[in-house]
Amino acid sequence: MAEAPATNTGPGRVLVAVYALFAVAATARSGYQIATRFDEAPVPFLLSAFAGVVYLVATVALARPGPTAYRVAVTAVLVELAGVLIVGAVTAFGAGDFPRDTVWSDFGRGYGFIPLVLPFVGLWWLRRSASSARS
Amino acid sequence: MVDVVAWLVIAVSLAYAAWCLYALVRNQIPREPHVIGAAVVELLLIVQLVVALIMLAVRGAPDQLGVFVAYLVVSLLVLPLGVFWALAEKSRWGTGVLMVASLSVPVVVVRLQQLWDGVGG
Repeated sequence: MAEAPATNTGPGRVLVAVYALFAVAATARSGYQIATRFDEAPVPFLLSAFAGVVYLVATVALARPGPTAYRVAVTAVLVELAGVLIVGAVTAFGAGDFPRDTVWSDFGRGYGFIPLVLPFVGLWWLRRSASSARS
Repeated sequence: MVDVVAWLVIAVSLAYAAWCLYALVRNQIPREPHVIGAAVVELLLIVQLVVALIMLAVRGAPDQLGVFVAYLVVSLLVLPLGVFWALAEKSRWGTGVLMVASLSVPVVVVRLQQLWDGVGG
């Protein structure tokens, strides 16, 4: 019987903590933006909220055992990677009027570029925990 | 806000994070001293909360009062949740969780300072 990869022990423990911090930061920030200044720039603020949800899903999925949680975690981290690359590129090189108010803007520069590094670490960890479960 | 309190919280939380990193490198699981260390940082955060509440009463609220209060609440929750998450991990990575949790404290304190200075004058 194949054992489900354990993503919530060892280094994964630290990863979950970092994801949880970003889930709180992004969700709270967007919640405030949407509640107070939604009319100014709905698209970036909704994007902020989306980022928050992605971090939230990744946090819970990484913290839970089981094959379903593993698949959800892989999907969430891939969406996160796409998000930070696309939003990062648009804000860094593209249209100037796109506000800087999301975690992913300028590849997460406002957050010490951790949002850019995090999905790569996440994918590495998911891969590693899967291979250690197989052996 | 009172700069001395903010700098004290930042300095102690960074020192605690450095200690956790040292323990992580030395392959130590989180032990009682680490929990006590987290409690010391938490105590300073409670002092900061009291100072902030007094300042709110004396000087009036900053522009973004809701955000300011949200940061105050988060500043108090991070370490207890971090300790809870860390102690279930019987490896060096539990100590790593404590390090991450304590590293978030200076960020929150700096944001609190910025929000407070937004009050103007």
